[in-house]
Parts: sequence; C-alpha cells; structure tokens
Amino acid sequence: MSEKDKAGTDRINLLLIDDEVGYVNVLSNRMAKRNIDVTKCLSGTEGIQALRKQDFDVAVLDLKMEDMNGIEVLKIFKKMDPDMPVIMLTGHGSEQAAKEGMKYGACDYLTKPCELEELLEKIREAVKLRR
Amino acid sequence: MIKSKEKRITDYPAFFRKRFFTVIVFSITPMILVSGIILYEFNRSYHEKVHAHLAELVLKHKQNIDGFLVEKLADIRVLAKTFGFEELSDESFLRDRLEILQKGYGPVFVDLGVINSKGLQVAYAGPFKLGKAIYSMAGWFETAMKKEYVISDVFLGLRGLPHFIVTVRDNWKGEPWIIRATIDFVAFNNLVGNIRVGETGFAFILNREGDLQTKPLFDIMPEKGPYLEFMRAELEKKDDIQIVERKDESGKKAIYVAAFLKDGDWLLVYQQKLSDAFSDFRRALKVAFAIIILGGLAITSLAYVLSTKMAYRVAKMDEERQMMDEQIIETGKLASVGELAAGIAHEINNPVAIMVEEAGWIEDLLEEEDFKKGKNLDEFQRSLKQIRTQGKRCKEITYKLLSFARKTDSTIQEVHLNDMLEELVAISAQRARYSNVTINTNFRSNLPFLEVSLSELQQVFLNLINNALDAMEKTGGILDISSRLEEDHVVVTVEDNGPGIPKANLGRIFDPFFTTKQVGKGTGLGLSICYGIVKKMGGEIEVRSTVDVGTTFYVRIPLTKQKEKEQQEAVATT
Repeated sequence: MSEKDKAGTDRINLLLIDDEVGYVNVLSNRMAKRNIDVTKCLSGTEGIQALRKQDFDVAVLDLKMEDMNGIEVLKIFKKMDPDMPVIMLTGHGSEQAAKEGMKYGACDYLTKPCELEELLEKIREAVKLRR
Repeated sequence: MIKSKEKRITDYPAFFRKRFFTVIVFSITPMILVSGIILYEFNRSYHEKVHAHLAELVLKHKQNIDGFLVEKLADIRVLAKTFGFEELSDESFLRDRLEILQKGYGPVFVDLGVINSKGLQVAYAGPFKLGKAIYSMAGWFETAMKKEYVISDVFLGLRGLPHFIVTVRDNWKGEPWIIRATIDFVAFNNLVGNIRVGETGFAFILNREGDLQTKPLFDIMPEKGPYLEFMRAELEKKDDIQIVERKDESGKKAIYVAAFLKDGDWLLVYQQKLSDAFSDFRRALKVAFAIIILGGLAITSLAYVLSTKMAYRVAKMDEERQMMDEQIIETGKLASVGELAAGIAHEINNPVAIMVEEAGWIEDLLEEEDFKKGKNLDEFQRSLKQIRTQGKRCKEITYKLLSFARKTDSTIQEVHLNDMLEELVAISAQRARYSNVTINTNFRSNLPFLEVSLSELQQVFLNLINNALDAMEKTGGILDISSRLEEDHVVVTVEDNGPGIPKANLGRIFDPFFTTKQVGKGTGLGLSICYGIVKKMGGEIEVRSTVDVGTTFYVRIPLTKQKEKEQQEAVATT
C-alpha cells in the first residue's frame, strides 16, 4: 500500500457533494484507498445537513446541481464553517464559473474530468493550509 | 442559395431591358408627339404664308398689267376723241402724236395707224414700212370694227414679229374708222418677266386658246397641265386668285398661281417648284429632324447608361444583401451551434469523468495481489490507459466547444497587437523549424492599442498560425505575418504558400466541425472560434486561397472611437 503511505499518516475527513451518483461512488472508493474518509452527498441540501452534524477537513463541491447552485451552497458553508477549505468542481468546462467560486471563498477549483492525482494534490494542499 | 443567386443574375438583363425601354418610350414618345404637332402646325402656317404671299404678288401684278393695258387704251381713246379721223389721217400729224406719246411713256408705243372702214391704212407713223397696208383680211380688223375698243392677243402680223395692238373705233361722216397702236412687246414682257421669286419662280401670260402672250423664262407647254384647268374656271371667278399644287411636266411638284387679266381674256400664271417655294421650310425641317435624331440618340445613350448603372447597382445591392443574408445565417448558425455545444459539453463531461474514474478504480484494484498474477495484466493496464487517454481527448473537445460558445477569458484590456503577434511567433518558432517553415514578419510600428480580450485575440492568431503550419507540415514553406493600419481598422494578414484550400471547401471553412484534417487531429472548431471572436470584436475575418499557391487570412479589428481620436491627435501633433 504505497499510495497510502504517500498520502500521509493523518486521515482526511472529506465532504463530497455532487449529484452524479456514479461519480460520487467511484471517487469515494478511490479516495478511501488513499486514506481519505469520504462523506457522500448527492445534493446541496444533503451537504448542508452533513456539515451541521460534523466538521470536515475539506469539502469538494460540484458547481451545478439539481436542487441548488454550488455557489449558493458555498455561501452557506462559509457562514457555517468559514475555515473549512472548499474545492470547486465543475463539469461545465467554464473556468469563469469556478473562478466566481473563488470570489466567494473557495480555495481552489478543478474541471471535470480530472486526474485523481491532481484532485488529491489540491486536497492535501488545502488541508495543510487549514491545519 | 446558389440557385437563387443564379436566378437573380439572369434577371438583370431583363431588368436592364425593361428600364431601358421604359426610359426610351417615356422620353422619346412625347418628344416625337410634340415635334410632330409643331411641325404639322408649322407646315400648315408656312404653306398659308407662302400661298398668301404668292397670291398677293400675282394680284399686284394683275392689277399692274390691267392698269397698264387700261392706261394705254385710254391714251389711244383720248387721241381718237380729241383729234378725229381728218387730222389723224395726216401722217406728219400722226408722227407728232407718236413722238409725244413716246416722250411721255418711253418706247411702249411702237407705232400708230389710222385705218378706214375698208381696212385700208390711210396713215401710219412708226419704224416699219407699212404705208398703205390693207388689213381687211386681218383677223383683228373684223373684231376691231365690231367693238368700240380692242386689245388684241399677241400675233406676228405683217411685220413678222410678236406684238399686240390696241384699237379704238370711231365714226367720221357716218363711216367707222379705227386708230391702232402697237404696244412694244419687250416693254410689256418686262411687266411679267420681272416677276421672279427664288430660283424657279416665274410668270407668263396665256390667252384663252392657251397661246403664250409673253415669253416665259423657262420652256413650258401651255396647252397641258393646270393652265387649261384655270382657263375652264368659271368666268365669275375672274377676280379671284387661284392656287394649285400639282406635278409639273418634269414630274416634280410645283405651285401654280393664276389670275385672269383683261376681263378674262388672258391668264396670268405664276409657277414655281414646290421645293424652291418651301426651301426655307425644308431647311428648317432638316434642322428639326437632325435635332430630333440627335435628341433621340442622346436619350437612347442616356437610357442605356442609366439602365446599365441601375442594373449594376441593383446587382451589387442584391449581392450585398445576399452576403448579409449569408452572414446572418452564418452568425445564427454559429450561435445556435455554440449554445448546443455548451449543453453537450456539460452533459458529456460528467459521464466521461465517471468513466475515467472507473478506469482509475480498476487500475487501483489491479494493484492488489490477486490480479497482479493474471496473465492479461499488461493488456488490462494498456486498455485502461487508453480509456483515460480517450477521456482526456473528450475533455479537450468539450473545452473547445465551450470556448467556442463562451469565451474563456473575455476581459477587455489594452492589447498591443505587434507585441502579442511577436510572442505567438516565438511560441510557434520551434514547431516552424521542425516543419521547415520560415516565418517572416512585417509589423507596422506605432499601431494604436486595441481594446480587446488578449486571450481571445491570442486564440485567433494562434489558430491561424497553427493551421498554416499544419498545411505546410510536409512540404515546408514560408509564412508571412504582417500588420498594418487601414482607416479605422487594424489589419493582420497571415499568408502561407501551402497547398491552398479547394474552392469547394473555401465556403465552409468557418463552419463548426468542418475539418479536412485526419480523424482525431482536428475538431473543426478552430476557425469557427476565430470567426466568433473576431465578429464579437466587431471585426472581419476573410480568407482567400488558390490551390497550389497558398492561403491568406485577413483579420480586421476595428479601433475604438477613443483610440481613433487619440491617434488623430497624435498625428496632428507630430
């Protein structure tokens, strides 16, 4: 399990919010293999409820979801836990929307589909900054 | 679209003909009508004028001649009444009388004779030796004896020369006697011979039998033609002037004016060729026709020029409209494709992301011991890698689609075009060297700043440069990039001497998804994106290409109003 070693000793507690079930499932599987505990949420509302229950080291948030816009969710997250880093994910290919997220306090963004390694890099960086 | 274009073009000659004939009909018809009416009226009034003039001329001479005859007759009558037979029978006395008369009137009276009732001339004064001539057998004598006075027709008589006489009868001792005077033919002839108008107008006198009483200027045959008609005219009309236009003996039209003299015994005829009488009118007519023909020619050529111009302008307008139509369609097409592309891109990115992650997951699982021993492990890994590679390719496509729909970074900033182009040339230098392509640049210095999005503009020219390099990849070649200022535009040309674009493809190269590159090498979106960006900037992108010669792209980007002003100021200060 060389991957696990690379990921560091501390397990990361991650909140993943995306309305694509397939994506959420496969991503949480792969992350689990890499020392990350993933809480899966399929909508913005679910994500907010999850955050109410516990704190997370980092959140990965999709921009476009059916119930509410990722930006809206981000704004609420920032009120609930201003210190929690949020990484925006977008399938829209538009960096502009993702950059807009940065304006509202997201720490980084990525466009789908992305390399897992790239995402992990950004996650670790964000967590490092928080701690 | 091509069909309608062709139809329009074939319509222009018809359009031209219609305009041409309309102008001609509406300009020439009134001209001809007005000219015709004027000419008709002019002709009529000119005829009236000529007729009136000739009638007056003839009437004046009629009165003149009648007056001459009456006067000569009166002279002789006075002679007869004053002196009587006895005195006048004395030849020396008669000679004195003749002398007096000749002194008074010139050589009008040639001679005088006194003849008794037997027809014997008892006395004679004059140049001829007619001494005791006997006239009892002469035609005129009988008439003279019957009437108180007679003016004879012209005859040869005893002297063998044409002349006419005036006789007055009187009585002496119950016997009639006659005094006879010969009128000089030349003097009388001059009365009529003096009537000369134009080149062919002349006059003469005929008697009732149609014999000439004066010598006409030109030969005529008095027994033919209109003369006899005039003779036959009613006697009551003898004070009238008659005018007739008809063909003369030579077959040309002539005008005849006639009046009776001597109480209807003689006919004064004036004759003139019509062409001569109306020569002024004919000249005016010729000038008028020349003007009408010249005017007609002027109108025709004007109509031709105007119609040609109009047809040309309509054709040009149609062409412009068609181009505009095409542009609108093009823009609309690009816009709708852009929206569609954005939707598709978003919908595709998510499943592709899942596919890529699932492939990654399998790779993760393959790391585990159970699978590591599998004999197809390498094949699995290759296949999974391929899935990830193709996933990336999908992402590239969707990104291009999205940037085509919505530009990635459209922040407007001041861009110095030449700097930007130089940067792009530097980026492409490596690749150009590899493809054996020489890049020549010709940038006009001091171009004004453009207020556009830098990344968008970069995208445009990078695309054009890359396309040119692609085109010359195998053959090598020269790529010319130049910038210049044109009125209120900056123009950049990107010119390669690659294989060129076939005509059939030229119209489609800006269409989305149109590509001639191998499958997987091009998305067919590059030029569509360029087109969209340049259009958004208010500019133009245009391509000209000749197969085996090369392709040139022209990109025109407008200067903003403010920039223009600054530039003008800068020019003014330097």
